[in-house]
Amino acid sequence: MPKVSMTVNGKAVSGEVEGRTLLVEFLRESLRLTGTHVGCDTSQCGACVVHVNGESVKSCTTFAAACEGAEVTTIEGMANADGSLGTIQQAFQDNHGLQCGFCTPGMVMSAADLLKQNPDPSEAEIREWLEGNLCRCTGYHNIVRSIKAAAAANA
Amino acid sequence: MYSFDYVKPSSLQDALDAISGGGQPLGGGQTLIPTLKQRLAMPEALVDLTGIAELKGVSMSGDKLSVGGATRHADVAASAEVKAKIPALAALAGQIGDPQVRNRGTIGGSIANNDPAACYPSAVLALGATVRTDKREIAADDYFQGLFTTALEEGEVVVGVDFPVPEKAAYQKFVQPASRFALTGVFVAKFAGGVRVAVTGASQDGVFRWSEAEAALSSNFSADAVPAAPVADGMIGDIHGTPEYRAHLVQVMTKRAVAAAG
Ligand SMILES: Cc1cc2nc3c(=O)[nH]c(=O)nc-3n(C[C@H](O)[C@H](O)[C@H](O)COP(=O)(O)OP(=O)(O)OC[C@H]3O[C@@H](n4cnc5c(N)ncnc54)[C@H](O)[C@@H]3O)c2cc1C
Ligand code: FES
Ligand code: FES
Repeated sequence: MPKVSMTVNGKAVSGEVEGRTLLVEFLRESLRLTGTHVGCDTSQCGACVVHVNGESVKSCTTFAAACEGAEVTTIEGMANADGSLGTIQQAFQDNHGLQCGFCTPGMVMSAADLLKQNPDPSEAEIREWLEGNLCRCTGYHNIVRSIKAAAAANA
Repeated sequence: MYSFDYVKPSSLQDALDAISGGGQPLGGGQTLIPTLKQRLAMPEALVDLTGIAELKGVSMSGDKLSVGGATRHADVAASAEVKAKIPALAALAGQIGDPQVRNRGTIGGSIANNDPAACYPSAVLALGATVRTDKREIAADDYFQGLFTTALEEGEVVVGVDFPVPEKAAYQKFVQPASRFALTGVFVAKFAGGVRVAVTGASQDGVFRWSEAEAALSSNFSADAVPAAPVADGMIGDIHGTPEYRAHLVQVMTKRAVAAAG
């Protein structure tokens, strides 16, 4: 089996993968980073969003082998160095941006990509950006509020 | 997914060799990976084209805007060159799916797939673009041949798409909110020689040119000049909309596109 090497949350990792191994399978099953979720089979829910070379992608729709040499960041890489919640995570907690929490890793990773490109997004821009992230619980209002709050906390 | 080999060559020649040895091209995988998950395809090998520098990026070649076959939707949407020359094309790319789909999906993959509700085919057809493959150049009018069907032969690779630069153009999509694809989308392009109108999402035969609207708009480029809705016969009918609803949308979205083009 071919070997793949990448950097995940700042740590060099490598492992054997098949051609068909998805990035999310490599993260969850080989590296045991189970914060990244799989919510669908159709590339539509966004629970699996991680960053590859600084850009948000669906790890369920990316092959692990395609990430050879890449820098990958998952939800486990979003906490501060001392283990406390990162700004976006804290904002989700403070603003009730989650209920069951299943969509949250993808929401946080997607939001982090948005805030990097657009540090002060409008409500409309946030909603448009979250087009690929589905939440069955919150009704989105508090997610939008959380991202607004994270933007303000960063400012 | 069935098992397959994965290769990511860095030159087009290596990719073509791998494809002629039985491999299938892989663009961003945003259509192919879900298809593989459902076991609707069984390739021996996937040949990832996204590591090939010569297939990526945007440039002017002569008076045409040339987009590499493995250029991602996000890169077309953000390109200063595309925004300057054909802003409607950048806007179209920026409305495909969601940010994560746009960060991986490619123009070559989109037009090779030719989903009847995909966005890019309408731009390629309305702008009268030329599809460049490893073997030949194909005019848009000959390229799209119906539902998920194109002029591409087995193993033929879309190397790039060359777009003539219009005087004005706009794309208007009525979004199918669950999939983000076009329930009906219309791309209108005005050239010195006339107007071209291409419709996606509506017809059972995939993207098509609405010739009645082209004729009317070529003599009077205004929303009021858009003719009555085309007949519903042959339009897609599903849980999201009846053929009549889509036929009506063709007219409405064409009007909106003309108004947006200004
Ligand atoms: C949630 C979601 C929402 C979406 N919304 C939209 C939307 O609103 N509008 C829209 O238009 N599309 C939409 N798409 C589809 C998306 O644009 C895909 O990126 C696109 O259809 C396929 O491009 P790809 O590069 O991902 O191709 P792949 O999935 O890699 O490949 C698709 C097909 O094309 C072939 N292929 C790939 N590249 C080439 C090439 N250069 N030459 C020859 N053959 C090639 C492959 O062999 C395969 O058969 C959506 C997809 C998802 C998952
Ligand atoms: S798991 Fe649903 S989009 Fe990836
Ligand atoms: S909090 Fe339950 S799916 Fe979003």
